[in-house]
Amino acid sequence: MPTAMEIYKLLPKKNCGECKFPTCLAFAMQLANQKVALEACPYVSPEAKVALEESGAPPIKLVTFGAGEHAVKMGDETQLFRHDKTFYNPTVLGLIADDSEGLDGMNAKVDEAHAMSFERVGQMLRVDSVAVRHSSGSSEDFVAAVKAAADKGLPVTIMCEDAALASKAVDACADKKPMLYRATASNFDAMAALAKDKSLPLVVSADSLDELAQAADKAKKAGVSDIVLEPGIQTSADMLVNMTAIRRAAVSKFRPLGFPTIAVLDGTAADHMKAALGVMKYSSAVLMDSMPREMVYPLLAMRQNIFTDPQVPIQVKAGMYKVGEPTDKSPVMFTTNFSLTYFTVRADIEKSKVPAWLLVVDTEGQSVMTAFAAGKLTPESVAKAVEDFKVKETSSRNEIILPGMVSRMSGKLGELTGMKITVGPRESSGLPKLMKTLSG
Amino acid sequence: MGFELPKEKFGGRIKEVAIGATKDQGGTRSARLVAGGSNGLPFLKFESEMPHMPLVAMDVVDTVRMVPDRLQESMGAVVNDPVEWAKKCEAEWGADLCVLKLQSANPEEEDRPAEELEGLVDKMLKGFALPMAVYGCGFEEKDAKVMEKVSNIAKGERLFLGLAEEKAFKSIAAASMANGHGVVAFSNLDINLAKQMNILLLDFGMKPENIMMDPLMAPLGMGLEYSYSNIERLRLGALSGDPVLQMPMICDCSCAWTVPEALEDNPERGNAEMRGVYWEAMTAFSAAVAGADVVIMRHPKSIVMFREAVNALAGGA
Repeated sequence: MPTAMEIYKLLPKKNCGECKFPTCLAFAMQLANQKVALEACPYVSPEAKVALEESGAPPIKLVTFGAGEHAVKMGDETQLFRHDKTFYNPTVLGLIADDSEGLDGMNAKVDEAHAMSFERVGQMLRVDSVAVRHSSGSSEDFVAAVKAAADKGLPVTIMCEDAALASKAVDACADKKPMLYRATASNFDAMAALAKDKSLPLVVSADSLDELAQAADKAKKAGVSDIVLEPGIQTSADMLVNMTAIRRAAVSKFRPLGFPTIAVLDGTAADHMKAALGVMKYSSAVLMDSMPREMVYPLLAMRQNIFTDPQVPIQVKAGMYKVGEPTDKSPVMFTTNFSLTYFTVRADIEKSKVPAWLLVVDTEGQSVMTAFAAGKLTPESVAKAVEDFKVKETSSRNEIILPGMVSRMSGKLGELTGMKITVGPRESSGLPKLMKTLSG
Repeated sequence: MGFELPKEKFGGRIKEVAIGATKDQGGTRSARLVAGGSNGLPFLKFESEMPHMPLVAMDVVDTVRMVPDRLQESMGAVVNDPVEWAKKCEAEWGADLCVLKLQSANPEEEDRPAEELEGLVDKMLKGFALPMAVYGCGFEEKDAKVMEKVSNIAKGERLFLGLAEEKAFKSIAAASMANGHGVVAFSNLDINLAKQMNILLLDFGMKPENIMMDPLMAPLGMGLEYSYSNIERLRLGALSGDPVLQMPMICDCSCAWTVPEALEDNPERGNAEMRGVYWEAMTAFSAAVAGADVVIMRHPKSIVMFREAVNALAGGA
């Protein structure tokens, strides 16, 4: 946001009071704090209005594409480092279907993208979009594939540098808000006109950042409001440098580069690692030719990790979890719903190769010690979880193992639940040893 | 418009730390490696120097108890013999150095006596020629005995001994200082704890060029984001001029092989072996992108993937 003095310079300085504030300076101060809207001033000049809206806009514009529940967001980031606040909109991943693969091939690719969704710690992670690319195939197949892809639900990127054909593809799915890829020096005016007419996001591409800034500026002046930047990414080094430079320029409010970014990759192993780089270092979208599942799953996990708000831990759902194939004779232990705690405890139980029940108590995502200190892991809350998740009905041992760190609650917990309390190790790495001593 | 790359200049620089000693330097290793040395954010060569690529250390564990079945299948029979394992790291798998983890010293498991482990280190040093780090089992009393012997038998080799922890560093620091080795200073995912650990070692009399930091690498899917940001913050702290944070970082990415999701058979999530390979490669890659100077890895295929990725990032070295 601009400061009050910067705003004041743009106001009419009449001190007329019609905005309900005594002076223009008082009004400017309220504006700077976002307490009032500029519309309250009847005399502000159109130029000043544009300038003020501009300076108040976020450093990176929010651009969305797709429609309905699957619509995706790009941009609106404010930071260079996630620890300074957070990264907001996870890198949009898209699988490319090329028309050289024929209509059936393209449809199969689109189906493949739709099938790639995974539940992980209570969140659905998925390949969020598809791209249909015109290369050597027939125009009819291309348009048909775009239409079929858009009807399936995931947001579509129309990859076609021939504006006339792109226009036909847009007509096949105009209500689904596809993204247009891409405007280059050779088709700029026609693509910009198409994006403007249909109010669609447009990828603007140039090799050097200087040319890219100029192209984005030109697109904006041509009336395109949702712009996505494609810098040169021939090598990983180019990609890191260009994406970093764009992010730095954007957060310091260099407007021509204040847009989301995209990287289009092939399907080699080297490109899979480039996709990981994109997730960490500032690519708003990454499109790829191939996405083997053994690569996509870790990539999605990485995206989930990097885009976690540092102040809000990832939580798992409270409940009774099976580790291995436990029976009603298997031991029961509890821990908190901080995902890291849960995973660590779970992995350590698995190491023992003894099947067990793991009761996860809701502590709002805090670890054992933190939750205990904050009163979120109490004998009462554990007893309630024992009740809610039918621990006694599930296991006939009438025994529960508690984390050694909270051994102090064992007396009270025993009273409340009537169960035998066994104090476990202070660190979960000691679990395998304990488990081996338990008779199953 | 004349857009210029926005450059970031820092006052600080990561210290250069030497690992291993050749014949001329009083040891028997094939090379002396250097970690660290950069004065900017990782791989941004348009604004800073990066004199050394991240080093790849392969871990060699002295008991198969700590090696997941999946890895045993991938790596073959050598996992039963640390010397053979290390030879293969050197000859086939392209490691820069090896980290020997003496897990069999664990008094609650194999409890192998210090004399035997001393013998093992001696055999290792004669069996292969890469620079080496040696980690204990994490039980202070036992490690104190083991490290003293390891330090003596490897005199002049400039090993890195680990892990020095806040509550247990004196014996390991003393063992390293006695024979010119270095120390790996462990801290639990916190920039202040990392700093505190370095201060303790410096106050104890260690020289900064003999210290590398292990700020605890959490694997992908199990807290990677904490480590990623912690490493970035440590790097930024060092670059902004804090001398107590300028030690190179060594990040143990073999932890990827403790993640159930990386190991499980689950066809919906693709080929299990390759999923594990990506898991480790991406864990290590994120460490390097954030600022790690040395990564510890396990799977030969992950290492190939990691090397290609960081070489490409450094401009095709």
